[in-house]
Amino acid sequence: MSEYTFASPEVVEEEIDILIIGGGMGACGTAFEIPKWAEGSGLKIKLVDKAAMDRSGAVAQGLSAINTYMGDNDPADYVRYVRGDLMGITREDLVYDTGRHVDDSVHNFEDWGLPIWKQKGDEGKKLRDGGKPVRSGRWQIMINGESYKWIVAEAAKKALGIENIQERIFIVRLMTDKNDPGRIAGAAGFSVRENKIYIYKFKTCLLAAGGAVNIFRPRSIGEGTGRAWYPVWNAGSTYAMAAECGAEMTLMENRFVPARFKDGYGPVGAWFLLFKAKAMNAFGEDYQEKNYDLLKDHGYDKYAVGFNMGTCLRNHLMMIEMKEGRGPIFLDTPSAMAKLAESMTPKEIKHLEAEAWEDFLDMTISQCGVWAGENIEPDKEMSELMPTEPYLLGSHAGCAGLWCSGPDDLPGTPDHYHWGYNRMTTVNGLFTAGDGVGASGHKFSSGSFTEGRMVAKSMVQYCLDNPDLKPELSRTTEQIVDEIYRPVRTFLEHKDYTTAIDINPHYITPKMLQFRLQKIMDEYVAGVSTWYQTNEKMLVVAERKMKMLKEDSLKMRAKDLHELLRAWENYHRIITAEAHMQHIKFRQETRYPGYYYRADYQAINDDEWKCFVNSTYDRDTGEWKLKKVKWQPLISVGENEPEAMHHMGPDL
Amino acid sequence: MPTYVRTDKCDGCKGQDKTACMYICPHDLMTLDKDGSVTGHAMKAYNQEPEQCWECYACVKICPQQAIECRHYADVVPLGAQVQPLRGTDSIMWTIKFRNGTVKRFKFPIRTTPEGSADPFGGKPDADMSDLGNPTKLFTDAMHHCDMGQFLAN
Repeated sequence: MSEYTFASPEVVEEEIDILIIGGGMGACGTAFEIPKWAEGSGLKIKLVDKAAMDRSGAVAQGLSAINTYMGDNDPADYVRYVRGDLMGITREDLVYDTGRHVDDSVHNFEDWGLPIWKQKGDEGKKLRDGGKPVRSGRWQIMINGESYKWIVAEAAKKALGIENIQERIFIVRLMTDKNDPGRIAGAAGFSVRENKIYIYKFKTCLLAAGGAVNIFRPRSIGEGTGRAWYPVWNAGSTYAMAAECGAEMTLMENRFVPARFKDGYGPVGAWFLLFKAKAMNAFGEDYQEKNYDLLKDHGYDKYAVGFNMGTCLRNHLMMIEMKEGRGPIFLDTPSAMAKLAESMTPKEIKHLEAEAWEDFLDMTISQCGVWAGENIEPDKEMSELMPTEPYLLGSHAGCAGLWCSGPDDLPGTPDHYHWGYNRMTTVNGLFTAGDGVGASGHKFSSGSFTEGRMVAKSMVQYCLDNPDLKPELSRTTEQIVDEIYRPVRTFLEHKDYTTAIDINPHYITPKMLQFRLQKIMDEYVAGVSTWYQTNEKMLVVAERKMKMLKEDSLKMRAKDLHELLRAWENYHRIITAEAHMQHIKFRQETRYPGYYYRADYQAINDDEWKCFVNSTYDRDTGEWKLKKVKWQPLISVGENEPEAMHHMGPDL
Repeated sequence: MPTYVRTDKCDGCKGQDKTACMYICPHDLMTLDKDGSVTGHAMKAYNQEPEQCWECYACVKICPQQAIECRHYADVVPLGAQVQPLRGTDSIMWTIKFRNGTVKRFKFPIRTTPEGSADPFGGKPDADMSDLGNPTKLFTDAMHHCDMGQFLAN
């Protein structure tokens, strides 16, 4: 061991059949499902996580609800809900597929020990035995979810076998096959604990490394930088690594801007849906009602039926109010609590208060910290709402991600939705799940896990169909090591040139590089400082600045393994941000008002743009190629859906 | 800082190769200052990048000495408040101290089964390999009822 140092790491090379990259809900789903299908096959399977599975991924802190559970609903209505929220353009095959399987995953969580709230009279009765859950919305059920991830990881680890799992390995590069650039062959990364580089050769892999946070300048820029709504460790690794090996991406122009309690970014879902709280402007006016007719200005009303509209449009109504100077926006929590308390005993009121606090303590403890620090008791005083900085994700109310093959059995599925194994990307053998699968939002925790289960089957099938596949990496071990440890070597070479370790003309710290990325994205690519607006000219400026940023990323330094982790996370952020920028530039309309605005194309233009935008990236030339892809509905238009759902989009 | 480590309580997890907080932090923030060269406190852990802390409390909840607490984001939150959990095997107790001295306490269940007892395959069927390519089947064979009349093609 002693001969390996920070400057000269040990290189561990392993050949396996299947690699699972990530340890979040998607990867746990695969870890749970795959042993059953791989039993007796002799397939070598391994899972690597950059953190510890007990608390990794978006569910690390816990959750107070499971947002996707069908129960008495039909999966077709779930598709209608998702396409309504995402302004019409979704892969209905993928959404339906998740919907039809998701409940079984939730039933398993309950078997393993996750407490799920039940309606009066059904306490102690399991969901699978007909126990009725407490719904906070049509699709959401309430849980005591502090240990949600802990419990799911416990089962997943046992299923796959602890000997097949390695934590604190950060995969940073995927490699295609030397003899077939359209096929995946390996991955490389490093340990964040030891001076070790890991190179895996495999037939197939799942890339499930979450969405992208901190590519935009956050509203809080001191210690509060960490208080992102989505987990701050989601660095766009899924998108960047897939893009760099040529996988087609879809709807990367989409983003999510959640309107949440200001600063703590605590959840509002239960307050709106369960406690029936109302939002208002500074003067106590219902701004949604007041601004409703303004939806007609750019044709946004085509996607609303009364107040039933996509999340972005509700943001839009709030932003009008804030931009015109009638903020702050308040959520009237005291009135909601008082109304609920009218018919309650003191004991029940006490219980209600605990439920309201648990909503935050289970998943956004910081919100409680903000309230306690500001002496706000939500049952006595209102709290401000605020739209956050933008995030890229594919599992919540957003749909950025990779273009994936869907199931082959759903009626009316067009050929371009299905070309191979379920959830395989356009790179043979490369699969994704959760935030990675594009054009299919609203799967949330349970749906992401379920998608991981589907991938498990697909990967086993892929291996059994290709028994003679002998992957060969497109890059040499030396090339891989040089590339991964470049920030370390840059640091060691130049560190003694100046007296102050952070100021050196030969390198840039990962932290400063991140600030530069966030400044560009915020000021030119529709961040909070321009109220989410951009235009062609601004994007051209951004493109120029981004090119130089990417060049400078090769000069990042890493003074230790922790900083090497940050260096690579920020490299992934740059590629993800670039995809976002290119997609926004290509789509000449404002498809998601309230998430971002193309000020030069403010309308929703179904005739030309009710379609997917897909892209591919060439790692060698740095060029992006974008195209329109035909959108095809599978589910009939329901009675309560907006008129625009009938529009078929452009002929492509 | 988000989370901070109290010098009077942290024992560096008694010299094991890694501390509980290092093991669990999803963002690789907690680290052990073995020789005290960084913090002046040898064999105690610290949060090496406070502005990257999500305040997820994973370290607070797992610390066997209850040595980790949270001072909420100083650029956002007034001083004086504290939100502190005590996580057991089946429930978690929260104490919330407001800046003005108000105290609230809550206790919530966290799991219905003994810790470590989750059995992924207990009572579950084996996979039917003839269904490997059938997207309507996961190994548990429990797909939701589907009204196929909702499809445009039908």
